[in-house]
Amino acid sequence: MLLQSAVSAASQVHPLSGTIAEWVWLLPILPLAGFAINGLLSLAGAPFGPSDPTAGGHGHSDTGSDASGTSHIEQAVEGAEAEDDHHAVKRHRWAGVVSIIGPGVLILSFLLAIAIWQAMAGAQPSAPFIQRYFSWMPVGDLQIDAAFQLDQLSMVMILVITGVGALIHVFSVGYMRDDPGYPRYFSYLNLFVFFMLVLVLGANYPVLFVGWEGVGLCSYLLIGFWFNDKVNADAGKKAFIVNRVGDFGLLVAMFMLFANIGVLDFIGVSAKAGDLVAGSSLVTAICLFMFLGCTGKSAQIPLYIWLPDAMAGPTPVSALIHAATMVTAGVYFIARSAFLFSLSPVASLTVAVVGAATAIFAATIGLKQWDIKKVLAYSTISQLGYMFIGVGVGAYVSGMFHLVTHAFFKALLFLGSGSVIQAMHTAYHKTHSDEDAQDMRNMGGLKRYLPITCVLMWIATLAISGIPPLSGFFSKDEILGSVFARAQGSTLASASWLGIPGGTLLYIIYAIGLAAAFLTAVYMTRMMLYTFHGPVRTGAEEEKSLHEAPWIMTGPLVILGVLTVFGGWLNLPEVVTDIIPLGPRELLAHWLDPVVGEASARITAGAAQVPATTEQALIAAAVVIAVAGIVVAMVRLKPDRLPRKRDAVPEHGFEGVVANKYYVDEAIDRTIVEPTYAVSRNFLWRFIDNGLIDGLLVNGSAALARGFGWIGSRLQTGNVGIYAWVLVVGVLAMLGALTLR
Amino acid sequence: MLAESLALTAALFIIGVIGVLIHRNAIIIFMCVELMLTAVNLTFVAFSRFYGTAGQVFVVFVMTVSAAEAAVGLAIIISIFRHRQTVDLKNINLLRG
Repeated sequence: MLLQSAVSAASQVHPLSGTIAEWVWLLPILPLAGFAINGLLSLAGAPFGPSDPTAGGHGHSDTGSDASGTSHIEQAVEGAEAEDDHHAVKRHRWAGVVSIIGPGVLILSFLLAIAIWQAMAGAQPSAPFIQRYFSWMPVGDLQIDAAFQLDQLSMVMILVITGVGALIHVFSVGYMRDDPGYPRYFSYLNLFVFFMLVLVLGANYPVLFVGWEGVGLCSYLLIGFWFNDKVNADAGKKAFIVNRVGDFGLLVAMFMLFANIGVLDFIGVSAKAGDLVAGSSLVTAICLFMFLGCTGKSAQIPLYIWLPDAMAGPTPVSALIHAATMVTAGVYFIARSAFLFSLSPVASLTVAVVGAATAIFAATIGLKQWDIKKVLAYSTISQLGYMFIGVGVGAYVSGMFHLVTHAFFKALLFLGSGSVIQAMHTAYHKTHSDEDAQDMRNMGGLKRYLPITCVLMWIATLAISGIPPLSGFFSKDEILGSVFARAQGSTLASASWLGIPGGTLLYIIYAIGLAAAFLTAVYMTRMMLYTFHGPVRTGAEEEKSLHEAPWIMTGPLVILGVLTVFGGWLNLPEVVTDIIPLGPRELLAHWLDPVVGEASARITAGAAQVPATTEQALIAAAVVIAVAGIVVAMVRLKPDRLPRKRDAVPEHGFEGVVANKYYVDEAIDRTIVEPTYAVSRNFLWRFIDNGLIDGLLVNGSAALARGFGWIGSRLQTGNVGIYAWVLVVGVLAMLGALTLR
Repeated sequence: MLAESLALTAALFIIGVIGVLIHRNAIIIFMCVELMLTAVNLTFVAFSRFYGTAGQVFVVFVMTVSAAEAAVGLAIIISIFRHRQTVDLKNINLLRG
């Protein structure tokens, strides 16, 4: 079925047809196959889930020399095992096979992606390459095909997903190998990559939506991967439910598109987008509903609350799903829908404003977090805000550029924190301590034990802070520069947003972006200082067990480190290459020009060229601010005097409010969750369900039928004489009716 | 001539019906049913006098069927009598709802 692909849309032959790009369907199919195999191995080797109380018990009774005996032990779980084999490695029976298949399919996918990228770089297609596989929803006027679209934008995403994804898969082998649910973990991870590739390859909104929902499902499954702890299962549910709110917006946007344009494929919509009145309330409404979906998936205000909780999942999952790929789907979505967003300055400004607000808001929370992964989670939210500023002001290339570099350095940071957490966890596990292995107050001085991780995480920290010439410097600076450049003369500057002139608003956003960059440098340096420097607070006994991660974990870190350093070469700005000839300039901008160039030009139309000296001044200011952030953190923070977690006193005043994340979760509990519970319990359940539906409708109709049945049964006297009378009277009545008619 | 014949058969039929309605003894009701059948037979014969012999053929059919019915009916009545020592229909109401 998949092989019966046919080139469509363009009547002339596409430059990519007949090349390796025809094999694009294999990209997602490879991880799907990995999902199927790993899933079957998971089912074959152990009962579903990490805990099975029945399997734990008899593992010890028949610990024979045969293979089945060991497999029983492997099925046993953390916590359920006996004290004597507490430290025994309970590796899954099929762990060896899974270690090859899980990352293997991703590496194959990545190699295929490189080959397709090469073909595309050679062909330089100006139109997207569409592959139709079959008709999915032929319903009257609604014609939706299961089709993939390959263009420069999806190519960038594919390379990030399969490339960074493959590295994280390899890292996972080291991180998760001893987990009893190892095959299940890899099957979920492979399934995630499959859906993510469907998301970026879909040629129309419904196919994209399938991927969109699929990655949400995998996110849910992996957040709640250790579902024995209710906290983890709850975090998964929270992520899923909060995302539903956003998905509602996405669905409404699709309905509105179909109702007003009649098509849902990207080519069709972009062709007919010209019919829509630019700046009309219809376009704005469609874009805002789309953006609601993006705030859910990409954790922006007001729907960001699920991402910090999502850190309950395994750390490589946080790296892949909740930092590098899935959460950037919203940015990709807006870049993909640039032809719509560029028509609505109000919606675009909304995107930028929400992005800026999220960037600064999350950055302040990140200042006061103690859990190393929570710091990175809020950092991710903040950086996603940056990306939304970029795509919001119509700098789609800058947004995508930051997406790519962020995937590099944030994956590096998360994986680095993973190797820290594993070292900490192993140390505490050995001494049976119940201290928190993720709390920075229990760390400190780890650079002695994890030197490679420490150096690489410092590189990523400098990159995210915006220190040249690391990747984050270029991408972040380009976003800020784009905001500044569009503040005068562009269509955004001449529009107004809630009464504020667009130009003024853009300057405010620029200032907020700078402030957020400062805070980013502060909280990242804080994290590094508390984790790797100062005295070791882990504990004297535990300190002996701390050690660097194995090469299978540090290897991907090193590669990501190289990418973090050189990621900026993807899109060197002209103003830099003019002074220092580092290499070819604006590669990514040229690459993405066929996809987003037109939309971007629509927004920048009329914008004045910013003089080179001004640009240089802006860059200098950004660098100064980043350095200032790092210096401030270095000077103000005293890792030597930090108490351990159990000795820590809670913060008071404004610091306490920030440490408690501005009480947003509590506020949402009070205003939305608890009233919903109350209404559900007292009105919907007790009154509607129990009273009205069960009482009146279900039992009521049964009682009614019983009543009529009782009346009917009274007619059946069993007396033949009465039957005869009824018969005769009936016949006479009929005869009478016939004769008297 | 036809009118008188039909009046006679109608009278016989009505007597049969009334018999069925007012009696409680199964045997008598059974005989009244036979009377109704006979009235219908007579109607057939009367019509065959004017409209051809098909009616007489029907009479033979009806007599055959009624003979079979009488055999079965009487057997049932005897069986009921053996079981309950009565053929009074007032006492036989097993199908009461």
